[in-house]
Amino acid sequence: MDFKLKIWRQDNPQSKGKMVDYEVKKISPDTSFLEMLDQLNETLILRGENPISFDYDCREGICGQCCLFINGRAHGPIEHTSTCQLHMRSFREGETIYVEPFRAGPFPIKKDLKIDRQALDKIIASGGYISVNTGQAPEANQTLIDSDTVEQAFDAASCIGCGACVASCKNGSAALFTAAKISHLFQLPQGKIEHKKRIKNMVETMDQLGFGACSNTGACEVECPQGISISHIALMNREFWK
Amino acid sequence: MYYTTDTATTPNAKIPEGDLKDKWSNFKDKTRLISPNNRHQYKILVVGTGLSGASAAASLAELGYNVSTFCFQDSPRRAHSVAAQGGVNAMKNYKNDGDSVYRMFYDTLKGGDFRAREANVYRLAECSSHLIDQAVAQGVPFAREYSGYLANRSFGGVQVSRTFYARGQTGQQLLLGAYQAMMRQVHLGRIKSFTRHEMLDLVTENGVAKGIIVRNMDTGEISRHAAHAVVLATGGFGKIYYLSTLAMGCNGSAIWRAHKKGAWTSCPSWTQIHPTCLPQAGNYQSKLTLMSESLRNDGRIWVPQTKNENRKAIEIPEEDRDYYLERKYPSYGNLAPRDIASRAAKERIDAGHGVGPLKNAVYLDFKDAIATQGKDIISKKYGNLFNMYEKITGINAYQQPMMISPAAHFSMGGLWVDYELSTNIPGLYAIGEANFSDHGANRLGANSLLQACIDGYYVLPQTLPQYLAQQGKATPPESSSEAFMKAENQVRSQLEELSGINGSKTVDHFHRELGKILYDKCGLSRSAKGLTEAIESIRVLRKSFLQDLKIPQVLQGINEELEKAGRVADYLEIGELMCIDALSREESCGAHFREEHQTPDGEAKRNDSDFSYISCWKKNADTPVLIKEPLQFEFTKPTERSYK
Ligand SMILES: Cc1cc2nc3c(=O)[nH]c(=O)nc-3n(C[C@H](O)[C@H](O)[C@H](O)COP(=O)(O)OP(=O)(O)OC[C@H]3O[C@@H](n4cnc5c(N)ncnc54)[C@H](O)[C@@H]3O)c2cc1C
Ligand code: SF4
Ligand code: FES
Repeated sequence: MDFKLKIWRQDNPQSKGKMVDYEVKKISPDTSFLEMLDQLNETLILRGENPISFDYDCREGICGQCCLFINGRAHGPIEHTSTCQLHMRSFREGETIYVEPFRAGPFPIKKDLKIDRQALDKIIASGGYISVNTGQAPEANQTLIDSDTVEQAFDAASCIGCGACVASCKNGSAALFTAAKISHLFQLPQGKIEHKKRIKNMVETMDQLGFGACSNTGACEVECPQGISISHIALMNREFWK
Repeated sequence: MYYTTDTATTPNAKIPEGDLKDKWSNFKDKTRLISPNNRHQYKILVVGTGLSGASAAASLAELGYNVSTFCFQDSPRRAHSVAAQGGVNAMKNYKNDGDSVYRMFYDTLKGGDFRAREANVYRLAECSSHLIDQAVAQGVPFAREYSGYLANRSFGGVQVSRTFYARGQTGQQLLLGAYQAMMRQVHLGRIKSFTRHEMLDLVTENGVAKGIIVRNMDTGEISRHAAHAVVLATGGFGKIYYLSTLAMGCNGSAIWRAHKKGAWTSCPSWTQIHPTCLPQAGNYQSKLTLMSESLRNDGRIWVPQTKNENRKAIEIPEEDRDYYLERKYPSYGNLAPRDIASRAAKERIDAGHGVGPLKNAVYLDFKDAIATQGKDIISKKYGNLFNMYEKITGINAYQQPMMISPAAHFSMGGLWVDYELSTNIPGLYAIGEANFSDHGANRLGANSLLQACIDGYYVLPQTLPQYLAQQGKATPPESSSEAFMKAENQVRSQLEELSGINGSKTVDHFHRELGKILYDKCGLSRSAKGLTEAIESIRVLRKSFLQDLKIPQVLQGINEELEKAGRVADYLEIGELMCIDALSREESCGAHFREEHQTPDGEAKRNDSDFSYISCWKKNADTPVLIKEPLQFEFTKPTERSYK
């Protein structure tokens, strides 16, 4: 398949970026989106041009490192799919594809399509854990947890920290990311004890880092590769005001 | 000769006295401690924030040590431990199915084909039960029965159910537990986390580890970090095969650069090739995705009876199917250990029974499981794996069998460590997949998440302080010495050299070529002839790499090609040592199958009288030196590893 690409190029965090046109030809429909970019990069390198920087690591949808904004959508056209799991068969022959970085105030662009997401780590550091030291834990089966509860907690725990929710929110809110961690830990009995402090610290940190407020548009939920529901945000808000 | 042998040196594994059951307690009873008030004066660098590194960093910081962590991803949470799907083993005997610490120890030792230390393996089994308690306390949502008790399943190579799992995301959930524990210490100011920092050299003074040289991958800045101890938790190097189940950034550079500074490398050729991965579909491909081994609990593996079969899988009737694992290994069947399952698949594929467009795969079929258990149950167990399969291949595995094939997956080999996880360089430790560890010549499924966690949460925090205590009063670490300067200069000149070649081929080209050589000659099956050819081809390839590499010539700022070039330069050297290691071991054991050494029915033939040792490779100016650590079996009797 052949494609026309319009890709965001930016040398460094300070410089002004712009969209640049490229073309790729004879791409197999089973190629992943990132492998298509690999092929483009090989040609650029051999031509002596600077290859396009973009993020990835596991290439199996679990590390959360890949983060492209494709045709105006975080992670591209397929719902609940991270960029590395997107294949060229999802595009039309000859289509023009727009590739940009995830954009949000707290995610400065480092180079081309690569962004800085340390803000998400900071939210977790401010309280996204259960304070148990190594060696303190009691026998695991002492506290029984019904399997539905665990499954619901798991739905929230499965967040891969990609930041698509932030990038697809018009307010640049990290509510879905933050709520996912709060909800994961809140639903489990062992996470309830610190719950009040955790929610206060995490929400405050999120605000301080410059993430916007959630206005319930639900855009995040649609793009979240793990399909995390905005009902977790409702839980967060409810608990925050309690 | 490609190597020389040093028979005068015998490595000291520092195994504590006493009965197998008492060794670890004996160690802990006698180990020297550091008073809580003094701990913050000791600086420890932990390179790697996967399960082993994050758990070690968190545990050491909780004890009060001053810790810095390093990783190449943009967040510690993205280490490749995140990708482990299947589960983690632990001896809880919740199923009352006859499990015990001894049985788990024995299964692991036997699974590794009696090429690991008894004492290490026993400790792994002994500490396993507490890991589950720890993880649950951290909020890891392991699967539960309706009654609320923890659920288990069974994994390849064992006959009990001791695997704990969290959907198909066990590694992710365990890592999030360790990462969160680590971030809690970051928040408390006890850990300084350096993300997007790659370790490019180890610094030693008078043979003792003193620190590392790292490159900031965003700015290109090179910096020195001095400490009282260095811990390498940098994971596996299976990505050396190019196509593998590892992440793109996984590498062998940290351990290899330590090797070049004197650390021994053990059994680098022992690579686990995983039987259930998605087959290669084309040249452009950058990785082979793993489908969890847990699928083998309910899926049946088969190939068509006739060669070059052209019918679709669902059109092939039962009598024309060869369920070769069930046929050859009736007592373990589809749950035969990985090395055996992979080799059996390769044997069938090579014999012309492979399926798929490139005829490089076998079928994994859920038809019978769906018929007996119903689609809902199968979907509850494996739903996300079926979805992932469909996302990548476009095929619905509820309707037709999956196609799978073997892919490079896990490095049993790595830096040599003693019982205390110390390398032969004082002050340098290696944990997790980076060490040669407890898995012998073949790792059992779900044992390596365990090993990474046990090393990091339970062993290292007990053993490393003993080394610090021996140092006496802590003096602040210094990075202005001659040794640091020299190491930094070396790093700079290597980067300049690589970017200055300005040839005509990309890094990936060389990496792909190396991968092909290794899959072909140092993969599932090896021979003296093939290995010798491989060594020669790798040498040619390395020469051409150093003359014809082309990468952007920028040292400042982000340059992914420069990062990759450094890793591939190391891979080209590691690959050669892998072949030499495989050549020196004139026996078959576990994942290491030498064609010259097999039984009449094609099974691995071990040679205990000559090869019951761990190879320890020492760097030398020209040819590597082989030192042997003999394995003593005091409490078990090595038997033939039969799964028939
Ligand atoms: C696809 C897949 C599935 C698996 N499934 C299972 C399973 O079900 N059960 C099981 O028990 N095991 C499984 N394994 C194996 C297991 O996941 C790994 O062995 C284990 O997680 C390794 O943990 P680690 O801490 O040693 O390394 P990793 O988690 O790989 O972490 C390595 C760390 O080192 C850092 N690093 C590497 N090089 C450098 C450098 N030069 N400078 C700075 N930092 C560096 C990285 O950034 C990273 O933080 C699986 C492995 C794979 C690949
Ligand atoms: S909530 Fe979803 S979109 Fe947001 S970071 Fe987590 S996985 Fe990504
Ligand atoms: S590269 Fe890891 S999720 Fe996409």
